[in-house]
Amino acid sequence: MLSDITLGQYFPIESVVHRMDARFKIIITMLFLVMLFWGQRWTTLLVGLFFTVLATLCSKIPFKMIWKSIKPLLPILLFTTILNLLMIDGGDVYWQWKFLKITEEGVITSAFMVSRICLLIAGTSLLTYTTSPIVLTDAIEALLSPLKKLKMPVHELAMMMTIALRFIPTLIEETNKIIAAQKARGADLESGSLKQRIKALVPILIPLFVSAFRRATDLALAMECRCYHGGEGRTRLRQLQSGMRDYIALAITLLLFAVVIAANALL
Amino acid sequence: MPILETKDLTYTYSIGSPFEKTAVDHMNLQIEEGEFVGIIGHTGSGKSTLMQMMNGLLKPTSGQVLLDGQDIWDKKADRRQVRFRVGLVFQYPEYQLFEQTVYEDIAFGPKNMGLDEKEIDRRVRETAEAVGLREELLQQAPYALSGGQKRRVAIAGVMAMEPNVLILDEPTAGLDPKGRVKILTQLQQYHKRTGCTILLVSHSMEDVARYASKLLVLCQAKAVCYDTPANVFAQSQQLEEMGLDLPQITRVFHKLRERGIAFPEEVYTVKFGAELLKARLEGRDSAC
Amino acid sequence: MDSLISVQDVRFSYTTDDGGEQEVLQGISLEICRGEMIAVLGHNGSGKSTLAKLLNAVLLPNAGQVVVDGIPTTDDDRLLALRQKVGMVFQNPDNQIIATIVEEDVAFGLENMGVDPVEMRERVDEALKAVKMYAYRRHAPHQLSGGQKQRIAIAGIIAMRPDCIVLDEPTAMLDPQGRKEVMKTIKRLNRDYGITIVLITHEMEEAAQCERVVVIDHGTIKLDDTPAHVFSHVQEMKALGLDVPQVTELADMLRQAGYDLPCDLITEDACVDAIERLLRGGTANADS
Repeated sequence: MLSDITLGQYFPIESVVHRMDARFKIIITMLFLVMLFWGQRWTTLLVGLFFTVLATLCSKIPFKMIWKSIKPLLPILLFTTILNLLMIDGGDVYWQWKFLKITEEGVITSAFMVSRICLLIAGTSLLTYTTSPIVLTDAIEALLSPLKKLKMPVHELAMMMTIALRFIPTLIEETNKIIAAQKARGADLESGSLKQRIKALVPILIPLFVSAFRRATDLALAMECRCYHGGEGRTRLRQLQSGMRDYIALAITLLLFAVVIAANALL
Repeated sequence: MPILETKDLTYTYSIGSPFEKTAVDHMNLQIEEGEFVGIIGHTGSGKSTLMQMMNGLLKPTSGQVLLDGQDIWDKKADRRQVRFRVGLVFQYPEYQLFEQTVYEDIAFGPKNMGLDEKEIDRRVRETAEAVGLREELLQQAPYALSGGQKRRVAIAGVMAMEPNVLILDEPTAGLDPKGRVKILTQLQQYHKRTGCTILLVSHSMEDVARYASKLLVLCQAKAVCYDTPANVFAQSQQLEEMGLDLPQITRVFHKLRERGIAFPEEVYTVKFGAELLKARLEGRDSAC
Repeated sequence: MDSLISVQDVRFSYTTDDGGEQEVLQGISLEICRGEMIAVLGHNGSGKSTLAKLLNAVLLPNAGQVVVDGIPTTDDDRLLALRQKVGMVFQNPDNQIIATIVEEDVAFGLENMGVDPVEMRERVDEALKAVKMYAYRRHAPHQLSGGQKQRIAIAGIIAMRPDCIVLDEPTAMLDPQGRKEVMKTIKRLNRDYGITIVLITHEMEEAAQCERVVVIDHGTIKLDDTPAHVFSHVQEMKALGLDVPQVTELADMLRQAGYDLPCDLITEDACVDAIERLLRGGTANADS
């Protein structure tokens, strides 16, 4: 379904995490990421795992969804594991073949790295599973708004993001239509050399660009007619609201962070 | 033998998902060579899906499409050849123009067919004339033309493949009355001259009533009837029950009948209606 | 009646690709009164869309002036106030919806005006109810039909509480169902909320539903009258590339054959009555 694309990974169910203020969710995710990289000890991973499991349970996102987001990255994980296994030298040697060897250090480091990356993916995908792209955009705009004083085009970027989200399904539908229309005129998109195939894309890309520009012109006019004049003095229908649950979640995160720092220093 | 035939033709979208929807449901049609068929039905009645199956762009979920008695999804059949023989003009076809000049764009189809320069040149010039594009427009860029002209360039691009069957999905959508009449009369002339089979999808009952020799009525993924306009409009009550708009003139005669004035049911053009009334008023017929 | 928009001897030219000037409007004067429902009828390229864009300062006249409720469209300082008074709905339903959720799109104009969020919520809900789309407030625009999208676009304008809505061919890309929905919505807004409607169209069925029809051709006003009077000029309308209702055409044909029928028939019922009278009045032929 096309709607899947605009929703990104959003998994629309009711949960306390879904209801949380997106700004807090972003900050908490950030803290979580920093924490994972800060801690160099196994306690970090334990704390990270505890956090991820707790958050997943609260969000009611099935664990298989988390696995689904890790799965596509398995080849990269495998690659880093092999690299780490073979490159890191130290401790007992478990296996050796010519200059290649697997050592105790290598095993420990690669296991640590893989666990860390898995937690990282799980944590961030939890953010996108529980927050729709549009709310995410709003929250990013709100968080970055101090940068407006530095003349950063924060509002404009958020508006561009919104419009992109709005038009992705429209343009996908349009692309399919153009492909069908050119095929009906005998365009051959499936066979031939690489060069021929690239050339065969011209009849699709040109109409698509022309149409995208036409839409952009129309949209700009429609926006102007509805009194759009940039971000200045603009109010919003949807207000980001923070409540007790957001502060509690933040407090828990900070506490866990403190545990990691303490563990780093003491152990 | 009919030129185009469908046997139990069915198409279902997103099978097995919650969005599963049958767009075409066991359609059996026989379209004779040389007909000018008007296809009417609501949005979502299955028109677009049916059309795309007829030229092999969509593969039926079940059932067959026979072109000249040959199943187009037969192992031996060449789908690309099918598309050249069953030309399909999509809705708002002007959005598919991409070449530098009008000439090149019309030539795109014939070039894909692998024809030689001379034959391509003949076809481009002939079809451009058929859709009323002046010679000097051929070297212009498509984007410089008016909306109606662009539409006609796009139609010419499909006509230039000289298909045996020409299918058009609402070729007059968004045009003003003058532009509509222009395209429809050109189609009518093209039909007369080439004797090809035309399938015209339209939302305008008035238009299909005026130009088509047969009408195909689709409703909720089924072919409800396929008959001459006179016979179809004679069942105007069923058409209205399907939520299809009858031509105003048909409704007027409907109401006259309700008031007890005997008139045939199949009045669907103003001219015919006026003739009937004149005959009645002059007492040339005695049914009053 | 109280004049809302005053168009005074307006001229407008576009610069063509080759650097020449093409005059699209050649001296147009028009008074649009508060609460009116007016159709501007003309074929493509007649200048009707240009006129629409002059009404809310998207374009500025080369000569003459347009004044909306006391504000000349050239007054830059009051541009936003003017655009709030005269809202605009365009042809392509896809290209005027900005947000990814229906209610947020309706709020877009209010957000730009800096309306307080609490009041905004009320006005958005109210506007969605006025176009009967409240149930769809959480939908994504691409899940809606063309007619529904246009109603959302209209709601986005109403939420801004305008005095007037200018609709530039709002039904040209819709199917018959969508057309009906949009026309019904426009008429209701005019009747129940007293919003002035300027409907730019080339469809005579739609013009016939307005109180007043302004026919425009080659940048000048040809006719400005009630629909009945405008459509009674059957030959003139056809010469301008426009249609008249089938009943008007039927009456015209009969009148030309010498029968006594009123020339301002535009509705089915009036036509049926007139014909019945003619038939029941015996076979009175005007020739005899």
